[in-house]
Amino acid sequence: MTKHKQIRIALRNCGVIDPQAIGEYIARDGYQALATCLTKMTPEEVIDQIKKSGLRGRGGGGFPTGLKFEITRKSVSDQKYVVCNADEGDPGAFMDRSILEGDPHSVIEAMAICGYCIGADKGLVYIRAEYPLAIERLKIALEQAREMGLLGKNIFNTGFSFDIELRYGAGAFVCGEETALIHSMEGLRGEPTFKPPFPSVSGYLGKPTNVNNVETFANIPVIINKGAGWFSAIGTEKSKGTKVFALAGKINNVGLIEVPMGTTLREVIYEIGGGIRNGKKFKAVQTGGPSGGCLTEKHLDTPIDYDNLIAAGSMMGSGGMIVMDEDNCMVAVAKFYLDFTVDESCGKCAPCRIGNKRLYELLDKITQGKATMEDISNLKNLCTVIRDASLCGLGQTSSNPVLSTLDNFYDEYIGHVVDHKCAAGQCKALMKYVVIDENCVGCTACARNCPVNAISGEKKQVHFIHQDICIKCGACYDRCKFNAIEIQ
Amino acid sequence: MTKINSPEDLLRMKEEFAGRLNPVYSPDDLTAPVRIRVAMATCGIASGAREVMDYLTEELEKRSIQATVTRVGCMGYCYAEPTIEVTLPGKEPVVFGEVDIRKADQIIEKFIRLGEPVDGIIPLNYESIDK
Repeated sequence: MTKHKQIRIALRNCGVIDPQAIGEYIARDGYQALATCLTKMTPEEVIDQIKKSGLRGRGGGGFPTGLKFEITRKSVSDQKYVVCNADEGDPGAFMDRSILEGDPHSVIEAMAICGYCIGADKGLVYIRAEYPLAIERLKIALEQAREMGLLGKNIFNTGFSFDIELRYGAGAFVCGEETALIHSMEGLRGEPTFKPPFPSVSGYLGKPTNVNNVETFANIPVIINKGAGWFSAIGTEKSKGTKVFALAGKINNVGLIEVPMGTTLREVIYEIGGGIRNGKKFKAVQTGGPSGGCLTEKHLDTPIDYDNLIAAGSMMGSGGMIVMDEDNCMVAVAKFYLDFTVDESCGKCAPCRIGNKRLYELLDKITQGKATMEDISNLKNLCTVIRDASLCGLGQTSSNPVLSTLDNFYDEYIGHVVDHKCAAGQCKALMKYVVIDENCVGCTACARNCPVNAISGEKKQVHFIHQDICIKCGACYDRCKFNAIEIQ
Repeated sequence: MTKINSPEDLLRMKEEFAGRLNPVYSPDDLTAPVRIRVAMATCGIASGAREVMDYLTEELEKRSIQATVTRVGCMGYCYAEPTIEVTLPGKEPVVFGEVDIRKADQIIEKFIRLGEPVDGIIPLNYESIDK
């Protein structure tokens, strides 16, 4: 039993070494794994180690990494590519940025190992232009690796050559999907295409391409250095190693954490995260970003791994973890994610482009208190249609936030529709500011500060808020010194 | 920079740099430098880490304290940025959170000079894979 809940594998060098000094990386076993692979192992042996380690894609899909390497290796072609997906787009997630800013060489080294495995001499990092510091540090790292001969021609005198270029994304969420990412790198519109063929068969410029996420790559040098057995001893039966999460929301210790697979949500939220802020009550935790779902109290003791999270109605995703307390309205949360999806849908297929827009409108109607029970059943139907008929992962998963909140917080939906009440007090249209007659001294502060003159009353007389004029801005509530205004 | 042409070159390089990265000092060695790491990812810089790093570098020199101040990546303590890690010669590293200029001054005067604790110490909460 270890002392701490966290183990840092992917983050091993973050906050420890100077990311702009290759020597510090080398001092901590940097490029040892590449040396071992190139001089002591065949590509098949390296792939075998990665397969045995049980490493799965950390971008969210969870596809076995070793198997992906093997498939790309077996594809016959004169040219192959290694692509690092650094197009991190989930709201509130910053795992990949932190790795690239804190330890860029680990990704470079792993990409070279991948190149050796699949038979590629060229790597590309697709990184969003909104990460200027990560780009700057990555560029410095690439330059230093080239100067030392760790990238370029004839690395370690073995005849193996490999180099890496950067490609900038404009920050479109859909470009994290691998086919859309590849199109974007080719200079085409960032739109997904139907799979198969998978990129490992036909990817960048029609050539076999191995696409992996930043965090996946960051694990690989450690697996080679410490052995597949060491790595697979950490985690659960089907999910090995650790996962980095960006812990955010209504939690005391907001931060970047790395826990072994199989750690429970309770341990993450209450032990590492230090519990809910301001002593409020825990309500839900959202994982998997706009493709994921909400987990509740009953899931707190579920060990976190790929399969358990899917079984619980969410997904691992790339590692965003947003904690919500009693003051969060779950309908509004679903609406927030749908707003994001509507914005980010590339528009290619109708179910995603039109369906998500309609889904958003239904959710908006509910938060306005204007929906009927029929709308709720339409909402459910529409979710299934979008899921089943969309072209790529974005549309296929965009209804998850709605489905999982419907599953876990059906009462709240009903509350909005039937009782026209938002229990969390977040939906403005359903809120009412009223004067508490006993407390009002008639100071006129509220009336003077109301931007729409919705409050009437004489000096030293009880005031009155006209609901038909009130825009629910809350100015009166903030100004009243006598606690004479309440929110209903 | 010298080229690395073989695994042996790499090992030689590793030993050379390891000596610089983690030098061993005795607590009684008065000339041994204090090692300070400043978390300088985008988020750290946004909350003021660069000012703190500049201040530490300048002030430690002005006050004639032997020290190396380096930039590192994210330490993971978003709730307490800017964060710095201070290692006194021969001692375990100590991480401080919410370090502004005033706190940095306290750390120099109280913690580094006198070895007295300063508020805002973040306890180590993870296992390292170095063995």
